[in-house]
Amino acid sequence: MDAKLKQESPPDPARKKAMGLLARATFDELNAAWETLADKPEVHPVRGPETGLVMVRGRIGGGGDPFNLGEATVSRATIRLSTGEIGHGQMLGTDRQRARLAAIFDALSQCAGNKADVASLLRRVAERIAQEERRKAEETAATRVDFFTMVRGDD
Amino acid sequence: MYVAVKGGEAAIANAHRLLADRRRGDRNLPSITIDQVVEQLGLAVDRVMAEASLYDRALAALAVRQARGDMIEAIFILRAYRTTLPRFGYSEPVDTANMKVERRVSATYKDLPGGQLLGPTFDYTHRLLDPSLISDETVEEPAAKEPGEHVMRVSDILDGEGLIEGDGQMPEGHVMGDLTREPMEFPMARDLRLQALARGDEGFLLALAYSTQRGYGRTHPFVGEIRIGEVEVELDLPELGFAVSLGTIRVTECQMVNQFKGSAKQPPQFTRGYGLVFGQSERKAMSMSLVDRALRTDEFSEDIVAPAQDQEFVISHADNVQATGFVEHLKLPHYVDFQAELDLVRRMRRDYEAMNSGETPKERQEAAE
Repeated sequence: MDAKLKQESPPDPARKKAMGLLARATFDELNAAWETLADKPEVHPVRGPETGLVMVRGRIGGGGDPFNLGEATVSRATIRLSTGEIGHGQMLGTDRQRARLAAIFDALSQCAGNKADVASLLRRVAERIAQEERRKAEETAATRVDFFTMVRGDD
Repeated sequence: MYVAVKGGEAAIANAHRLLADRRRGDRNLPSITIDQVVEQLGLAVDRVMAEASLYDRALAALAVRQARGDMIEAIFILRAYRTTLPRFGYSEPVDTANMKVERRVSATYKDLPGGQLLGPTFDYTHRLLDPSLISDETVEEPAAKEPGEHVMRVSDILDGEGLIEGDGQMPEGHVMGDLTREPMEFPMARDLRLQALARGDEGFLLALAYSTQRGYGRTHPFVGEIRIGEVEVELDLPELGFAVSLGTIRVTECQMVNQFKGSAKQPPQFTRGYGLVFGQSERKAMSMSLVDRALRTDEFSEDIVAPAQDQEFVISHADNVQATGFVEHLKLPHYVDFQAELDLVRRMRRDYEAMNSGETPKERQEAAE
């Protein structure tokens, strides 16, 4: 009952952010966190895991009206813990086991007793992503053109 | 008389077995892995994703390998695969202004916020074959520098003076179309045309874009900006009531800026063509933006005088899966059609020869009797 009420709550920025990180967590990251979980709850499938398509949209001119750019593969899963929490996992790609694990951690993030485990997983994922993005940004920055002006004429 | 024929089963089975053998090649060489294709033939993978209209690097790499490197065959295989999957929904439009930029160049402004970022480009290479790639020499790690400021969109800079049209707006009340759901109809709105161009054949769009530069529907283009990088894909989850990120995809965006003399309805200004393509593919994004602009004849009261401006011609022939299907079907048995045509040509030839020798054709004689 409690879990059901939570499902109907208004947009939750923390959960949105967590789900975004879970979508980018690798299978190894998710699996390691699951394996080290002290007291694993029972997990019941509600939907999936399944693979399908999402039509990715762009905007005309970059910021105008939307148009359909093309599809991407997406895997998703919905699970229910024996304690009642419902979790959703969804991510690009065809890895259904990753989607199932992401759904489990989304559900665990709603359990008071597991908040720390989830937070530590999310921290690891966020740090890895930040590091990768940082490295890419630095590599790109090294290819920035420094213009200099050639002086012409007498002066 | 037509006699139904059956056969070839054993030949087909053996042909496919032979194909598998030739695909594998010399067994003394290691087999290439999907990861190797993704990592080392990344732009081939990107092209297959773009023209199959399905973003999935691993599956596109598998298709490339399965097709022995035949791009259109790989695109065909990936297109066929997508028809086996259910559609979960439509994403929120990707926000290219907030792209994690890996390359960004502008041909219209030298100094602009974010700078000219060359990224991993073939530009300025000498296009000389590199023997070091034969011997698999160790490759240097890339250089690194402190990243600069946010990479601002060039169209936002130009917009300040009011001399450039804004990002594209569809007419009031327009319902966005989806080519994968509705049959093609002409005239086709710009959103649908962009969807068709985004999955269109790179070579076809390149040739059309080139034709506009050579004078067949000239558009006076400048590359306002090309940017390549990752954008986030968000999907609205009705069960939660908000959109969540599904991860990131790499796209290439081209903002073409076109000088426009003005018309009875519009003052002189810069108009725009837009290109957005899955993966890293700036040739395709540039071609798409040139063709997009060329096709906007109705918006700027331009006469349709060249192939690149004719939307029915361009859109109907841009899809290489459709094109290859129709061209290649010609090699399938047409024994009966041909037999009928052979009879017809024989008869026409008899008439022709009879006419030339001054005789009355036999048929006419018979008909008269």
